[in-house]
Amino acid sequence: MELEKFSYDNGIVRKFLIATAIFGVVGMLVGLWAACELVWPGLGLGVDFLSFGRIRPLHTNAVIFAFVGNGIFAGVYYSLQRLLKTRMWNDTLSNINFWGWQIIILSAVLTLPFGYTTGKEYAELEWPIDIAITLLWVVFGLNMIMTIVKRRERHIYVAIWFYIATFVTVAILHIFNSMELPVSFLKSYSVYAGVQDALVQWWYGHNAVAFFLTTPYLGLMYYFIPKAANRPVFSYRLSIIHFWALIFIYIWAGPHHLLYTALPDWAQSLGVAFSIMLIAPSWGGMLNGLLTLRGAWDKVRDDAVLKFMVVAVTCYGMSTFEGPMMSLKNVNAISHFTDWTIAHVHIGGLGWNGFLTFGMLYFIVPKMWGTKLFSEKLANFHFWIGTLGIIFYAIPMYWAGFTQSLMWDEFTAEGFLAYPNFLETVTQLAPMYALRAFGGAIYIVGVLVGCYNLILTAKHGSFVKNEDAEAAALEPTYTPHKGEYWHRALERKPLILMVLAIVAVSIGGLIEIVPTMLVKSNIPTISSVRPYTPLELEGRDLYIREGCYNCHSQMIRPFRAETERYGEYSKAGEFVYDHPFQWGSKRTGPDLAREGGKKLRKPNSWHFNHMLDPTTMSPGSIMPPYPWLIEDDLDVSLTGDKISAMRTLGVPYPVGYENQALADLQAQAQEITNDLAASGTETSADKEIIALIAYLQRLGTDIENEAPTK
Amino acid sequence: MLKFIKHHLETIAGVEIYPLISFVIFFAFFIGLFVYVAMMRKTYITELENLPLTENE
Repeated sequence: MELEKFSYDNGIVRKFLIATAIFGVVGMLVGLWAACELVWPGLGLGVDFLSFGRIRPLHTNAVIFAFVGNGIFAGVYYSLQRLLKTRMWNDTLSNINFWGWQIIILSAVLTLPFGYTTGKEYAELEWPIDIAITLLWVVFGLNMIMTIVKRRERHIYVAIWFYIATFVTVAILHIFNSMELPVSFLKSYSVYAGVQDALVQWWYGHNAVAFFLTTPYLGLMYYFIPKAANRPVFSYRLSIIHFWALIFIYIWAGPHHLLYTALPDWAQSLGVAFSIMLIAPSWGGMLNGLLTLRGAWDKVRDDAVLKFMVVAVTCYGMSTFEGPMMSLKNVNAISHFTDWTIAHVHIGGLGWNGFLTFGMLYFIVPKMWGTKLFSEKLANFHFWIGTLGIIFYAIPMYWAGFTQSLMWDEFTAEGFLAYPNFLETVTQLAPMYALRAFGGAIYIVGVLVGCYNLILTAKHGSFVKNEDAEAAALEPTYTPHKGEYWHRALERKPLILMVLAIVAVSIGGLIEIVPTMLVKSNIPTISSVRPYTPLELEGRDLYIREGCYNCHSQMIRPFRAETERYGEYSKAGEFVYDHPFQWGSKRTGPDLAREGGKKLRKPNSWHFNHMLDPTTMSPGSIMPPYPWLIEDDLDVSLTGDKISAMRTLGVPYPVGYENQALADLQAQAQEITNDLAASGTETSADKEIIALIAYLQRLGTDIENEAPTK
Repeated sequence: MLKFIKHHLETIAGVEIYPLISFVIFFAFFIGLFVYVAMMRKTYITELENLPLTENE
């Protein structure tokens, strides 16, 4: 058979590798900054774009989409070409993929800290960027699929199935969760409201973990561990079952983020059941990765690449056991809204994604530069300090999580909350937050040492931009083996595989989401729930802009400790006008769902002073000050448009109300300003703080106005 | 809460069969998958699992 000569495109892999390293450092430094802000709240310097609520989304987006995202592309572009014995289909598309992705990252850096956000976790980017992501993702998918089509290897290795599933599922998730109605160039409202928005968001959020942080990395695991250990995967049979079970089951598990919330019970139960089932494929995959090293464990002692990968896969195993446990309702009652969740995701982020990425970098760089790793010693140092970093990060966060939960729920013998002041439960955590920042810092030291090591490795070698290779072309006609099974044909046909993957992931999504959409009219309506006034709506947009949901939930669960602390538990019908929902996922600060209600209501002047400097009202508070809200004028240029947009989305503002809105807004603002003046606080009615106060005072009041039922 | 869903589905004639069908599809797919992987030929498996190792470098 005649051998064809071709070359692998290492240039594109190098670009993505460099971006991975740079954004790894940047994303983690931003995380460290955010962690330090919880220790020293003054670190925000009173500047809006440095405040915790704006920095945390930058950290999560940078680490997920910039660091891991570039890592995925680097690994896929490296392994795909080699597994298929062909160059990427189109170099231009590869480069568009690279530069486009970096521009998207840049646009995130230029929008998130400046308050342009949709207010939905891990999907904060505004609509023009969402569209750009969609286009870019199609470029990546097209390039990948066409490369598969023109391959020189008949069979498609299991790693590539994971890449294909990643491509199709992320596309589906991103498109459905990003459905939003633009109001202006950088402002939009989610088309879903309240419960539906929450379900779609966490269907997305959970599966962003599944199909952005997990399946592509499992593909990389199936490629790089056998390469690094120089032996085939433990069980190829297991990998087939792993693949189908994982992609089928994962998509159902999203509602476990919403246990005990106002989400319908049946959806919560489905989420729990499938989360428990997930242990099977997750652990199947983990064992498959680890057992690949059977008989080669001695190599782990000497090889930094394998060390990183072993710890990565171990962390994967730990967090995929922990995850299902946290999905049990009784465990979730303890873990939800606490720092336990933060510990959990960082076992995944620092351990699984971080360490697998570094293992991969230490493997690829010497290969592409045709040399040996500059220093095994430094790589070992990186490994050990990184591992210590994970431990120093996770243990304080677990401790903090349990502390929070225990203190929130504790009652005195007389039946009162033991810690009625939420602040007590926060100040208790100070040493834990400091230790966490320390853990993160030493992890970053390891990353910097790793980058230095990789740069010197590259310096000592010479980069092979186009690596020559040769392979026989595929015979154009292929006669299937006699008695061949259907799956074997599937393993040759990427498009059919792709369609089946879409079917597998769609079933779970459809069954959970469609009924929740259909029963919209049946979400028990509460007659006293009315749309926000224009001023409250503007205030709500400020709440979203400042990222308040990063520390405050708006979801009271039906527990005695919560109803005692915050009031009546939250009902689905209370959120029907919330585009987007703002239930939040963690309580670094107290829940705000009934902040304006009888039980918690504070004077307007309290809010004014609290936003100016939280420590004056709550000594020891770690909330940053928001002086700009007091200085800046409220932008009302879009108020009318916002009302119209909300009406388009189904909020019952009367037709033509957009023309009346501004006058109503000013009247309500004047009322609040007068009240502030009466209590000795001088400000003018056109400041942002007035709108925010209006919104906070509105929270949770609707339900109290309900006429007493028979 | 479940009653809202039940009422919606009750309007579909013969809805009782739906969960059975879903279970059978789910069960059959994975049984089929297990049978398939159990019956894969050793030589074929070896060929597949060595794909990452046989590339030219």
